[in-house]
Amino acid sequence: MAVETEYTADLSGAMVLEPVPLADWLVVAPVAIPLVVGGILLVARRETRMHGWLAAGGLLATLVCTVLLLMRVLEQGIVVMTMGRWLPPFGISFVADPLGASFAVAGTLVAVVCAFYATSDIGTVGRRYGYYALLILMMAGVNGAFLTGDMFNLYVWFEVFLISSFGLLVMGSERRQLDGATKYAILNLIGTTFFLIATAYLYGIFGTLNMADVARKAGDLRDTAPLMTLTVLYLLAFAMKAAAFPVNFWLPASYHTPRIVTSALFGAVLTKVGIYGLLRTFGMLFPPELEILSVLIAWVAAATMILGIMGALAQTDIRRALGFVVISGIGIMLAGIAIGTPEGFAGTVFYALHSMIVLGALYLLAGVMNSLGGSYSLRDLGGLYAARPLIAAFALFLVLSIAGLPPASGLWPKVMLVQASLESGWSWLGFTILLTGFLTTVALGRVFILAIWRPLPENAEPIKAGMSPALGYGVLTALSLPMLIIGLYPDPVIGLAESAAGGLIDATTYIGTVFPEGAAQ
Amino acid sequence: MDVALVFTVGVFFAVSIYLMLSKHIIRILLGVSIFSNAVNLTIFSAGRLLGEMPPIIPIDADTPSQTTANPLPQALVLTAIVIAFSIFAFLLVLAFRAYQEIGTDDTDEMRVAEPKGNELPPLGY
Repeated sequence: MAVETEYTADLSGAMVLEPVPLADWLVVAPVAIPLVVGGILLVARRETRMHGWLAAGGLLATLVCTVLLLMRVLEQGIVVMTMGRWLPPFGISFVADPLGASFAVAGTLVAVVCAFYATSDIGTVGRRYGYYALLILMMAGVNGAFLTGDMFNLYVWFEVFLISSFGLLVMGSERRQLDGATKYAILNLIGTTFFLIATAYLYGIFGTLNMADVARKAGDLRDTAPLMTLTVLYLLAFAMKAAAFPVNFWLPASYHTPRIVTSALFGAVLTKVGIYGLLRTFGMLFPPELEILSVLIAWVAAATMILGIMGALAQTDIRRALGFVVISGIGIMLAGIAIGTPEGFAGTVFYALHSMIVLGALYLLAGVMNSLGGSYSLRDLGGLYAARPLIAAFALFLVLSIAGLPPASGLWPKVMLVQASLESGWSWLGFTILLTGFLTTVALGRVFILAIWRPLPENAEPIKAGMSPALGYGVLTALSLPMLIIGLYPDPVIGLAESAAGGLIDATTYIGTVFPEGAAQ
Repeated sequence: MDVALVFTVGVFFAVSIYLMLSKHIIRILLGVSIFSNAVNLTIFSAGRLLGEMPPIIPIDADTPSQTTANPLPQALVLTAIVIAFSIFAFLLVLAFRAYQEIGTDDTDEMRVAEPKGNELPPLGY
């Protein structure tokens, strides 16, 4: 019952009164589409036959939206939409800048390819248990984390993709999965809880959770507020999510246990969300604190790189070796953050984009090899070159790509990072990056030699027909082609990474877009 | 009131971290549960304790007549409680299933995914 009142409030000081332009709705589409499709998949959970195509279609639509969003951001600058029409900082803002939008594009690309691959990897039982619903809801969480402009909202998206990833990880309930998932779940929950503690202090210090608001207030509070405590907590929380040494042990314990397509998606996307969080907090909100912490981060980066890749050298199971390769890649990205110059950040952004695609492709390649050779073990595999030369070609290309050798996209971000480290006096860090590249070549070159080049061992099973060749070659092409194009013509992506890094270091555009007239102090 | 709350939070953190350092999953889970409650109290105190007045502006005024409670931390804590509760429920079931399958809740002996005596890759062919 509406009560008649004479009283009318002037809302212009509190709310956005003009309607949002239609094109700006693109900001929420990468989150809204997966959420809606995920809901449909849950309702239609008995119609298992259509699950795969529904999820792949939904993710394709999401991919189109993220690409359109990135193009709009590059053309017209940062796009902002504030929920509930409250003026920021009271409403939760969604902010698409070059960094968030490009991460969303790369992550969604890998998810689309994984959804197609899953049509052969996930049986009816997995679909009945909601594999595709969890997959697409996880992508909603990941895209939400990349696009939100609010710290507490970022925490909520972390939990959204975390709980979905738990579901994906235990799908199948094998003993090793339960073992891996227990460690993954507990340690990741503790990591996100540290993130929440840091966010509580952030709110206590700043009285706001809006990132743009924090960025513009940080300068005045630097002398009085305990910002170092806050940033160290954020460093711990995001390093745990990114699997940086010494808080990385949940990753090698769990990433090789689920279905290979789940491993591909996790290895490609999830750790990069931690890197995104580090870039956002240290690059945009607290650069002076980053400068103080840079020596610590540099040592963490070097240890993560070297110990990660040495772990990969010791593994017989290809999936476990790839888990360690994921970790060493995190070290390379941390190196760019430790350097802390625009060039360093740009190298990290480029390497993260490249790493998402190449790690997804490598895990899926392992899946294809398993479907042909019937094993993931380097002791049992062999003879793939004689049986499937095209797979050998893809494998060689991907090994070169992850090691940072031409013609694939891995070369350029490493060039940028090494150059940045030499220019800013971090030459030992640049040397470590090159050494890691060499060790990666050894570790994965050996996988190539033993699993593909070597003739079939005498006691091994013969090569099987394997999965549908069209699907296998299709997914590998879909991920290799962008890498080849970027490798041969890197200028657009270098420009994108530089503009993403520039937008972090000089946040005035970001702040100005969220607060157009400096409104609502 | 603030001081009492701060000490409570400190005790909660100490107890939870002590429990999480254990080798046994069940103790770790108890620790995790207390840990998330410690964080909820931290958020609550981060919003300052300003009394019990509900943050409602009378219809004939433009500002509240006296200092009101801060509603935002309550919303944040509510969100955090729901998330922590649901994930804790999942963890309990997961730990129970892992205990059923593996037969131990000692993390040192949970070596199914990473078995001891892992064979090394062949050195040549």
